[in-house]
Amino acid sequence: MTDRRYQEAAFEDVMSTVEFRVSPRPHITVDTDVCRSCTTKACVHACPADLFVPTSEGGILFNYEQCFECGTCYQVCDGEGAISWSYPDGGAGVVFKRG
Amino acid sequence: MTHAGPDSVSTVVDETTKTFDVVVVGAGPAGSAAALEVARAGYSVALVERGPFPGAKNVYGGVVYGRILDELVPRWWERMPVQRWVTRRATMVMTPTQALTLDFRTQDWGKPPYNGATAHRADLDSWLAELAVEAGAVLVPSTVVTGLLRDHAGAVVGVRTDRPDGDLTAGVVIACDGVNSFLAKEAGMYRTGHEAEHLTLGVKQTLALPREAIEERFAVSGRDGVDIEMLGCTRGIPGGGFLYTNLDSVSIGVVLGLTGVSKAKTRPEELIAELKRHPAIAPLIKGGEQIEYSAHLIPEGGYRAMPELIGDGMLVAGDAAAMCLAAGIWLEGVNFALGAGMYAGRAAAAALKAGDVSGQGLAGYRTMLERSFVLADHRKLRDLPGLVLSDRMQQNYPGMVCDLVQGLFQVDNPLPKPGLRTLLRRSAKDNGVRWRDLVRDGWTGMRGLR
Ligand SMILES: Cc1cc2nc3c(=O)[nH]c(=O)nc-3n(C[C@H](O)[C@H](O)[C@H](O)COP(=O)(O)OP(=O)(O)OC[C@H]3O[C@@H](n4cnc5c(N)ncnc54)[C@H](O)[C@@H]3O)c2cc1C
Ligand code: SF4
Ligand code: SF4
Repeated sequence: MTDRRYQEAAFEDVMSTVEFRVSPRPHITVDTDVCRSCTTKACVHACPADLFVPTSEGGILFNYEQCFECGTCYQVCDGEGAISWSYPDGGAGVVFKRG
Repeated sequence: MTHAGPDSVSTVVDETTKTFDVVVVGAGPAGSAAALEVARAGYSVALVERGPFPGAKNVYGGVVYGRILDELVPRWWERMPVQRWVTRRATMVMTPTQALTLDFRTQDWGKPPYNGATAHRADLDSWLAELAVEAGAVLVPSTVVTGLLRDHAGAVVGVRTDRPDGDLTAGVVIACDGVNSFLAKEAGMYRTGHEAEHLTLGVKQTLALPREAIEERFAVSGRDGVDIEMLGCTRGIPGGGFLYTNLDSVSIGVVLGLTGVSKAKTRPEELIAELKRHPAIAPLIKGGEQIEYSAHLIPEGGYRAMPELIGDGMLVAGDAAAMCLAAGIWLEGVNFALGAGMYAGRAAAAALKAGDVSGQGLAGYRTMLERSFVLADHRKLRDLPGLVLSDRMQQNYPGMVCDLVQGLFQVDNPLPKPGLRTLLRRSAKDNGVRWRDLVRDGWTGMRGLR
C-alpha cells in the first residue's frame, strides 16, 4: 500500500478540474458561533469538497463557491442552526461533465 | 424569496387553472422516464431541472443496466450515448496487501440486447430528457423548484419555482428530485426522516487514460468494458469501492456510510488515494490524469427506508423515494429510477383520464411497482443493505476470506498442507470472526438471494 511513485495531485488541483458557475448568493451559510461548541466537527471530515476549515478559536471558516451540493454537511451536522442549506439558484453552482 | 432546501415550505393557493397536466421535478432518469410516459399518453407535461442541462448535477459510479429500457425505448442500444458495453464484471475482496477477485466475462453481454453499459450522466441524462422532449414534454432547465403549491384541503396542485412568476400548476406533481428530495419531505412522506444512517456518500474521480492502455490493462477490445466492485478498501468505514472503464477514461471511487465517515478522522479523498495505491489497482490506473472529481449522496436504506409513494396530487419516484438498490457493493439505481418514473408517468396519465388525481386515483402506481422488479427486488433484498454495511462485513470478513485463500494457495512444504477446516478456523480466529455470526450472516445473505 506504500507505492507512492504516482504522486496524488494536490487537492486544489483536483478541485480545479470541476466547473462551478458561482452565484452571488451563498446557498449555504455556516454560523461559526454554533460551531465553537461543536465537539464532533463532522463536517470537516465528511464534506467531499473540503470546504469546512477549522479555525484556531474552534470556529469554522466556510466558502460555498466550490460546493458539490451533495447535502452531506447538513446531514452530518448536529449543531442546531449551524448550517443554513439550500440549492443554488437555477443554473448556478456545480456542473459535472463526467458524473 | 425562499430557496429549495430542508426548510422548504408549501404555499396554499386558491383554485387555479392548470398550467400543465403534470409537472415532473428533476430531469434525472426517473423524471425523464415519467415525463416521457405522460407525453406519450397525450398529456401536457413540464420537466423542471435545476441544472443548466440534465445530468449537470448528477453523479453515479458509471453503469446502466439496460433491461428496463427495452420497454421504454425500442432498440435503445442503437441510440444511447454509451462509453463501453460491460462484458466483464468483477468483485474484489481486499485488505491493504491482499486481493481476491471473482472475475466473470461473457461476450453475450457485448452484443444486442446488451446487459450493462458505462455512460456519463451528462450524456445519459440529456439523452433521456431529449426522448421526453421528442414525445412532447417541455424541458425547463436552470430552474429550481422551491416548494409545493397546495389547495385548501392540502392536496398538491403544483410547484413554486425560483423564476419570476414561476408558479406551475398541475393535476399531478411527480417528485423525481433525487436523494435529498425536499419535496417528498415537505409533503410529509418521510415519516421517520431521511436519516443519515440510511445514506452513503459516493466520491469519484475520473482519470483520463489512452484507449489502448485501457484495452491492454483490462483485457478488453473494441467497445467492451469492465466494472469492478470492491469490499474492504475503506479502512473499516462501512462502504466499498468501484472502478469502471469508459472509452478513454476510468471512474474510480469509494462509497462511504455517512455516519461512519463523519466519525472516522479520514477524508474521502484520502481513501480514494489509498485505493489508487493498492497493488491490485495501481497498475490498472497508472499514469491516469485526473479530469474530474465529484460526489453525491446515495439512499441505501432500501425497502425499509422508503417513504410514502403516493399523496393527493403527488407521486414520488427514484432516489427521492429511496429506490436505489444497494445490495452490498452492487449498486443499481438508474434502472430502478427509470422503472419507477415510467410507472409514475403511466399512473398519472391514468388518473387524469379517470378524472381523479387524489391518492386513491393514483393508487395504480403502487400496484405497478409491486408487480415489477422495482418493489419486488427491494422487498426480496430488504435485509442485504444492513448486512453489507455491518461491521463484520466491513472489518472482519475481507481479511478472513483473503487469509483463507492465501492459506489454500500458499505452498509451505516441507510442512504438511493444512486442511480446509484448519484454515477456515484459523482465518476466522485471526480476523475476529465468530462462527455464530458467520452462520447467521451467511443465512441472511442466502435468504436475500434466494
Ligand atoms: C457514487 C454513486 C455511484 C452510483 N453507481 C451507480 C451505478 O453504477 N449504476 C446505477 O444504476 N446507479 C448507481 N448509483 C445510483 C444512481 O445514481 C441513482 O439511483 C439514480 O441517479 C437515481 O435517479 P433519479 O432520477 O431518481 O435521481 P437523480 O439522478 O439524482 O436526479 C434528480 C434530479 O433532480 C434535480 N433536482 C433536485 N432537486 C430539484 C429541485 N428542487 N428543482 C429542480 N430540479 C431538482 C437534480 O438536479 C437531478 O437532475 C450511484 C450513485 C452514486 C452517488
Ligand atoms: S457545521 Fe456542524 S458539524 Fe461542522 S463544526 Fe459547525 S456545528 Fe459542528
Ligand atoms: S453540500 Fe456537500 S460539497 Fe457542499 S458544503 Fe455541504 S458537504 Fe460540502
